[in-house]
Amino acid sequence: MTDISKEAVAPPRSFLSQDAIQLFYRLLAALLICAVLAVLSDSFLSLGNILNVLRQASLTFFIASGLTLVVLTAGLDLSVGANVALSACIAGTVIHKTGSPALGILTGLACGGIVGLLNGIMVTALRIPSFIATYGMLWVLNGLTYWYMAGETLHGFPAGFRQIGSGYLFGLPIPVYLLLVFLGIGTLFAQRTIWGQEIYAIGANPVAARLSGIPVARRLLLVYAVSGTMAGLASIIFLSRLNSAEADIGESLTLPAIAAVLIGGTSLFGGVGTVFGTFIGALILTLVLNGMNLLSVSANWQPLVTGIIVILAVWLDVKTRRRAQ
Amino acid sequence: MREATVVSQPNPLQRIPGVAIVLVLLIALFSTIAPGFLSVANLSNVLVQSTILTMLALPMTLIIMTEGLDLSMGAVLTLTSLCVAIISLATHSMLLGLGAGLLVGTAFGFANGWLVAIVGIPPFVATLGTLGMAQGLSLIVSDGQSVVGIPHSVRDIYSATLLGVPVPIVMALVTYAAFHGLLYHTRFGTYIFALGGNREALRYAGLSPNRLLIAVYAIGGAMAGIAGLLMTARMNSGHPTAGLGLEFDAIAAVAVGGTSFERGNGWLLGTVLGVLSVGVLRNGLNLISLPSSVQVASVGVLVIVALFLDGLRSRA
Repeated sequence: MTDISKEAVAPPRSFLSQDAIQLFYRLLAALLICAVLAVLSDSFLSLGNILNVLRQASLTFFIASGLTLVVLTAGLDLSVGANVALSACIAGTVIHKTGSPALGILTGLACGGIVGLLNGIMVTALRIPSFIATYGMLWVLNGLTYWYMAGETLHGFPAGFRQIGSGYLFGLPIPVYLLLVFLGIGTLFAQRTIWGQEIYAIGANPVAARLSGIPVARRLLLVYAVSGTMAGLASIIFLSRLNSAEADIGESLTLPAIAAVLIGGTSLFGGVGTVFGTFIGALILTLVLNGMNLLSVSANWQPLVTGIIVILAVWLDVKTRRRAQ
Repeated sequence: MREATVVSQPNPLQRIPGVAIVLVLLIALFSTIAPGFLSVANLSNVLVQSTILTMLALPMTLIIMTEGLDLSMGAVLTLTSLCVAIISLATHSMLLGLGAGLLVGTAFGFANGWLVAIVGIPPFVATLGTLGMAQGLSLIVSDGQSVVGIPHSVRDIYSATLLGVPVPIVMALVTYAAFHGLLYHTRFGTYIFALGGNREALRYAGLSPNRLLIAVYAIGGAMAGIAGLLMTARMNSGHPTAGLGLEFDAIAAVAVGGTSFERGNGWLLGTVLGVLSVGVLRNGLNLISLPSSVQVASVGVLVIVALFLDGLRSRA
């Protein structure tokens, strides 16, 4: 009873400002990490390193932005990393066989999208909990990729294609432009379209969403397909930046993407969060990992630190929710 | 027979066909297409190779019965296996190695339970975080290298026999007996059914669901510690990626075995049949020389099909 009246009295306005405060804290945290790293390491503030951080953050962001939409519906997509690996290997093969980067890019995006759609079908039509369905998908994709590649490495792609991941335009890496474009599209889609608002509604209260006439299953399908397609996009960037593809490239990508979404303030319980927050989250995570790298901490420490960050971020989420109740 | 069941269950006979049919079909399939599958040597090989998975899948059954999940089990197994290797190498004592593995495993299980019960983090994310931590620690303590030169006392565990039965199988049987007793014949077992079925009832009965939940996850961690000893003995070394992904086989075995992810009822014997199904599937695909990648993918398909059928049954 009280809950309903509270929501009726205080509509989106307070929600938005609270969101803004949360984002402000996260920006502050990112700046603080920058300040600490600038003091600790001489090379942190060099132009080369900053561009490198942005480029790395953009890769995490592509995967994490699609994932944000899934998490907004109170779901999870654990298959994104494995999806990147399979899409990269298939796109790479197509480029090698046909010599056409455009065809390769389309195949990569389509492969990612189809995997996402299959996830969506498992969650909606088969009603399997999303974390189990996508976890099963993770291993199916891993198996397929290793089988398909049979230990081979694809490398050597056309120079024009490699520009996508490693090229510069007016002094900025091309992935950074793509990041800005998708940040804009993602934010507009989530905040300013009816479909975006429906996704928030599904996450906040699926029953109410269904009763108010939102086609829940179709929106969920869309969300998982978008997450898969963004993984496909990430696979193209990955392929063109590394100029090679192997079956195991996806294994270290899922946890950072989930970490970026959670640090960015998107709640695992659905309905709360923004794509912009995920961008900040990707930036914070990349800064931490980049800082460890600059301070010559062994790369072996990265999974440990990412794991701790994931847990701390969810802890914060749980605490904020409890206080709000 | 199962007085301990708190949740009213559908006729358990309805479930027996599911996993048993899967197992029989798989055995029938591979005895026709895989030469040598039905030999005594191969079948006993399947049994011995299934022991580590049994020791993970049984506690995973309890965890899933509480509507939880432990994604960290494979990574924790890797870490405890390394601990067993490193400590037994340093002290030449199998027991000290096992102790170290048990300690580290239980600590991780305890942390999982604490994050899930007290902090209130959804199990699949909490254990995904600890998965990263255990994987990272494995890389750090081993520096990414294999630990070799394990003492004979550890190595012999995998190959020794007791009254003609391989020791790993004896360990798996003892584990099954312990879990069967715990779940169906103690009060603690009754509470585990209630944790998934009706947590409020526990609270009204004056019990702390949180402490019970922590205990269930801690048991999972401890079992990963014991399985770590078997893992090290089997590989005759400790390797920083040895057990990664094994939690998936465990989840597959539990799902195929008919334990439900949503209604708080579990079936230990079903889990064992599920473990054997996964073992037969992997062994059979191996015999017809399909690579391990295809095995992984087919286990994934097995899980999705099992969950789909589970969903169908719950709606029927």
